[in-house]
Amino acid sequence: MKRYILRRLLHGIVLLSMVATIVFFLGRLTGNPVDLMLPEDAAPEDRVALIKALGLDGPLHEQFFIFATNAFKGDLGMSIRMRQPAVEAFFSRLPNTLAIIPWAILLGTCIGIPLGVVSALNRGNILDRAAGTVGVLGIATPSFWLGILLIFVFSVELGWLPSGRMGGPEHYVLPVITLGTFLVAGFMRLTRSSMLEVMDSEFVKLARIKGLHEGVVIWKHCLRNALIPVLTLWGVFVGNLITGAIVVETVFAWPGVGRLTYEAVIYRDFPLLQAVIILKAILILTINLMVDILYAYVDPRIRLT
Amino acid sequence: MRRIPWIPITIISVIVIMAAFAPLIAPYSPIDQTLPDKLLPPFWLEGGRGKYILGTDPFGRDILSRLIHGARVSLIVALLALTAGGGVGLAIGILAGYLGGPVDSVLMRLVDAAFTFPAILFALLLAVTMGQGMATLVIAISLLLWASFARIIRGEVLALKQRDFVALAKVRGCSALRIMLTHILPNVLNTFMVLVTLNIGVVIIAEAALSFLGAGIPPPTPTWGLMISEGRGRIADAWWVSLIPGIAITLLVLSVNLFGDWLRDRLDPRLRQL
Repeated sequence: MKRYILRRLLHGIVLLSMVATIVFFLGRLTGNPVDLMLPEDAAPEDRVALIKALGLDGPLHEQFFIFATNAFKGDLGMSIRMRQPAVEAFFSRLPNTLAIIPWAILLGTCIGIPLGVVSALNRGNILDRAAGTVGVLGIATPSFWLGILLIFVFSVELGWLPSGRMGGPEHYVLPVITLGTFLVAGFMRLTRSSMLEVMDSEFVKLARIKGLHEGVVIWKHCLRNALIPVLTLWGVFVGNLITGAIVVETVFAWPGVGRLTYEAVIYRDFPLLQAVIILKAILILTINLMVDILYAYVDPRIRLT
Repeated sequence: MRRIPWIPITIISVIVIMAAFAPLIAPYSPIDQTLPDKLLPPFWLEGGRGKYILGTDPFGRDILSRLIHGARVSLIVALLALTAGGGVGLAIGILAGYLGGPVDSVLMRLVDAAFTFPAILFALLLAVTMGQGMATLVIAISLLLWASFARIIRGEVLALKQRDFVALAKVRGCSALRIMLTHILPNVLNTFMVLVTLNIGVVIIAEAALSFLGAGIPPPTPTWGLMISEGRGRIADAWWVSLIPGIAITLLVLSVNLFGDWLRDRLDPRLRQL
């Protein structure tokens, strides 16, 4: 176990340095990154000062060394627009994003998995088709458009729910539904195909031959095994949620890190975007590692290789 | 055997024809502004005119014409990104699967890395550093695609490698390159085509999302994602500006996905799990 965690940690660090390196070189692709870091009306002497401060007058490998040591110390530069350290901006917004993500996951799990089970048990009939429609629609609908549609129906036409910004519990409903929809679809499709496969296996047939109650067969034998591949995809979903949050927070004017990412793009705030990407990479890697360790505990058959 | 999905095929054909002959079909210019006619609703609503079937946007541009021209952008981006991203994925998958050993492990680590890290973030970074445009968009979306292609093609190649005709080719003294090109490649093309179809929807949504986030093709070129984004602020008084392009995206993506499912069942049922 220890060796496994250590190895995964090492992989994570390699991946993170890859991300940082790519970010570094992309920033230099279009010439001097100072042009990306300063506002357009910056004074020439500020430009020279920043070039010196960042060591941009030195050779490329020296520049990279300075970038890496600064990054390691937690200094990823100043946001142009907000005039504060980019790392600070990220962490001040992070709690707002973390406030909606768990609800979206809960929604996806509580609706998607049962829907997948129902669908598998009723293979081919009307219930399966209905659930299947939810599945395909959930994947085919772009989430930013779904958010706008929900705002139109529930805020503009019916006036039931607020159309954006943070606030009381009613402010959470639409963003969580928007973010959770593709999870519902994803969980449903996976649970269904995984259930169908398990229901066809020898040990389930044996359980039936033994005369076990159908409910026990479905819940204890089938679902528990069918959920393994669903859990595996958790890591992928984390990445999806982090990107999904960008559009959802943009649509609902939600002051989280997704919205921050959008602002960094719109205002061409390169240092901010660079920091957001590196910090998100750390976040995703950490969550993935935790999920994988958890997963190894849940399913002892997983060889920790 | 499932029936041929006629409805999706019809929808896809209509959109492809629209895109191909956009300048001939579109009733108005997608870019020229007619400010007196701004924000007119679709013809079936009160105040709508038969002149603008789907209404106009805040600049008085005909939504239908922009939709038709937007289909062109979406499909061109999809075609280019799938060729580039899919092609790279195909090449990497064949190399990793056939050569095995250290090449395989290095390439597969890269694939794992690509799966963990959301490509959309790189796409945004590319747009900021390289500037918005078709090339940036295509590169960005290709980054999103190559890994899943590589992983699945590699799996296929691993199985193919064990087959007699590959062993025979080796005995005859074919070079590795020749075996990969003339013996392996033709046999994974079915899978490749299925993957391409199943990913069209992914690409169209990614393009729309990037345009929506201000990292796609810059205005005034009409793209579906940009249209949704432009209408977002007018949702209270002019819902059609934003909601109609979304319906177009959903219809197209739904159709290509249903068609892709059917194609997969026809050509390569082993990919069912996707």
